[in-house]
Amino acid sequence: MKHQAIQRELDSFLPGDSGVVTAVAKGDLAAKMAEMGIFLGKKVRVLYKAPFGGPIAVDFEGYTLSLRLEEAHLVQVVPVN
Amino acid sequence: MEINRIALVGNPNTGKSSLFNLLTGLNQRIGNFPGVTVDKKIGVTNLPSGKKIEVLDLPGSYSVFPRSEEEKIVFDVVSNKAHPDFPDLVVFVADINNLERNLLLYSQIQDLKIPAIIALTMNDVKKSGAGYIDISQLSFHLGQVPIVKLNGRTGEGIDKLKAAIEGFRNDQRFFRFSQRDPLSLFAEPEAQVKDAEWRYVRIREILSKVKIAAGDEPAKIANNGKLDKILLHPVFGYLLFAFVLLLIFQSIFSIAEYPMNWIDGTFLEMSRWLSVHLSPGVFTDLLAQGIIPGMGGILVFIPQIALLFFFLALLEESGYMSRVVFLMDKLVRPFGLNGKSVVPLVGSVACAIPGIMATRTISSWKDRMITIMVAPLMSCSARIPVYTLLIALVIPEKYIGPFNLQGLVLFGLYALGLIGALLMALVFKFLIRPGEKGYLLMEMPGYQWPRWKAVLILVKEKVMMFVVDAGKIILAISILLWALCSYGPSQRMDMALSMVELPTPENQKTEEDYDSELASVRLENSYIGIVGKAMEPAIEPLGYDWKIGISLITSFAAREVFVGSMAAIYSVGEDFEEDQSLIDRMRNEVNQETGQPVYNLASGISLMVFYVFAMQCMSTLVVVKRETQSWKWPLIQLVYMGILAYLAALAAYQILS
Repeated sequence: MKHQAIQRELDSFLPGDSGVVTAVAKGDLAAKMAEMGIFLGKKVRVLYKAPFGGPIAVDFEGYTLSLRLEEAHLVQVVPVN
Repeated sequence: MEINRIALVGNPNTGKSSLFNLLTGLNQRIGNFPGVTVDKKIGVTNLPSGKKIEVLDLPGSYSVFPRSEEEKIVFDVVSNKAHPDFPDLVVFVADINNLERNLLLYSQIQDLKIPAIIALTMNDVKKSGAGYIDISQLSFHLGQVPIVKLNGRTGEGIDKLKAAIEGFRNDQRFFRFSQRDPLSLFAEPEAQVKDAEWRYVRIREILSKVKIAAGDEPAKIANNGKLDKILLHPVFGYLLFAFVLLLIFQSIFSIAEYPMNWIDGTFLEMSRWLSVHLSPGVFTDLLAQGIIPGMGGILVFIPQIALLFFFLALLEESGYMSRVVFLMDKLVRPFGLNGKSVVPLVGSVACAIPGIMATRTISSWKDRMITIMVAPLMSCSARIPVYTLLIALVIPEKYIGPFNLQGLVLFGLYALGLIGALLMALVFKFLIRPGEKGYLLMEMPGYQWPRWKAVLILVKEKVMMFVVDAGKIILAISILLWALCSYGPSQRMDMALSMVELPTPENQKTEEDYDSELASVRLENSYIGIVGKAMEPAIEPLGYDWKIGISLITSFAAREVFVGSMAAIYSVGEDFEEDQSLIDRMRNEVNQETGQPVYNLASGISLMVFYVFAMQCMSTLVVVKRETQSWKWPLIQLVYMGILAYLAALAAYQILS
């Protein structure tokens, strides 16, 4: 329960920020995200942000995915230092 | 167990295609899965005993539940034992650095009780720490599935894999990863999420027993980091990409010219040689003027296709393409385009054919369709002869400030094409599957040196696809066009031809003059000539006469034919840059009714605008048909571009005159 108090959407993370996935919003993309390795307990680190509000590149324990802010918004992450 | 066919299954970016190339060498071909645009790659490999088996390379997929047309193929094949492509054995390709995620798909294959071997691919094993994975332990925990380590780049381990295929005994213990049969979850996305999470728990459990020394963060991320700092930089990243685009564009544009001229010249020579050496007649005409030029007209595209795909393969192979998408996504998204649309669209400035063929890499069907639909609006190199002829004809050679007016007009035509493409993309965004929003969830693989063999295989594949698949239809249409502009109602044609004065010492006509006059009369009285004349009322509001009408029809074969057609109609040489006679002749052309010149600023601009927008290229239409597997899309394209061209040319003429 402690996690839920401070978890944020992944799109609010800045390059260099790390965290652990705590939830993925239900919906059309949830299954696709799970298949691509975005699921509960996965460690993430934001690597780059494209200019003008473009996609972000995120490291998921060893591989990099890029996702638009809309998609990143579906992922709840608790920050970890 | 008798094995005659194996299928390669695995996530994208695991080295699956390089394994396919290693197994089959150049012994591979492309087929079709019925009803879809996904190519079926099939090859043959030799097992150690000398036995030949078929290898099917299934599209890269993250799970058996399909999220795209390509993944649907994987689902269709592996979920149905009666499917004609159902394999005797799956070779599951997994990247050793991404085992956790890769094994998700494997766990589904195992739960479908499909016999499998795992090929663990790796590049730099020592760096990542992942090389310590004990494969016999992993095999034990996965139910005794045979596992072979491979290096997809050097081919190390390929013999072991072949031996494992040959010696495969179906004695796997198919324990279930998940209690629910994957097929029963097909229509339940929420249950799929739960199921995937459950599978990951099992996979993590297994991997925790196997991994001896696993680094939390493999070294390859650090390597990517250094390059990505520059390549994804908000300023340098874009500059570099602009430079890459310029390089690609320049190469297709300028390098391709040499082989293209050579092909053109060779086929022209062949036609001439045949007309001289064969006895005159219908068959000789068909061969020398129909078939040979038609074939030349197909082969002439090869250099541009080969070059664009050479560069495209480099971008994909090196891992840079996913960075392009990252950089460009936000900029082109408002127009309904995809980051991956940028290279095909820029390629279309040289030629829309390779551009459209290059849209295969766009995984979203909607984005790909939009890109295909607007690509021919980008001004291609075949428009240049038309533009330069008309500019020389109606635009005065003067300067506006530091700018040459003729140059400005040419620039304006290119800009008009680009603006047209972007606006039409916007329109199609609301017309094609309007509800579909699309998403971006894309892997950015580590950088690697391109494998030249893979690059060459792709180039060969695309060239063959064009020449063989599209070529036959293009050849048929070009022969038809030739026949329609060479033959007409025989009485009318004979009468018109007999009216042409023979060369005599009095009229000072040469044999050549006589021949070109005959050609002109023949075109005028051909079926196409008759249609061109009949449609004069329809094109009069655009400022065109029937002669232009004829050239509009003949240049449906390819835009640059416009110049040759005009030259034929006026029976002058078509090389207007060396020889002024075509321009002089066109300039002196007077409208019979008004007494005004036919080619003035208004009609000239109107004609240029028409060529910016009109779908005057049968080869492009045939390629669109090949790429969409339906005549529906090329027909829509033909009609919408025709309407757009007509209206824009009408507006231009009416405003300027």
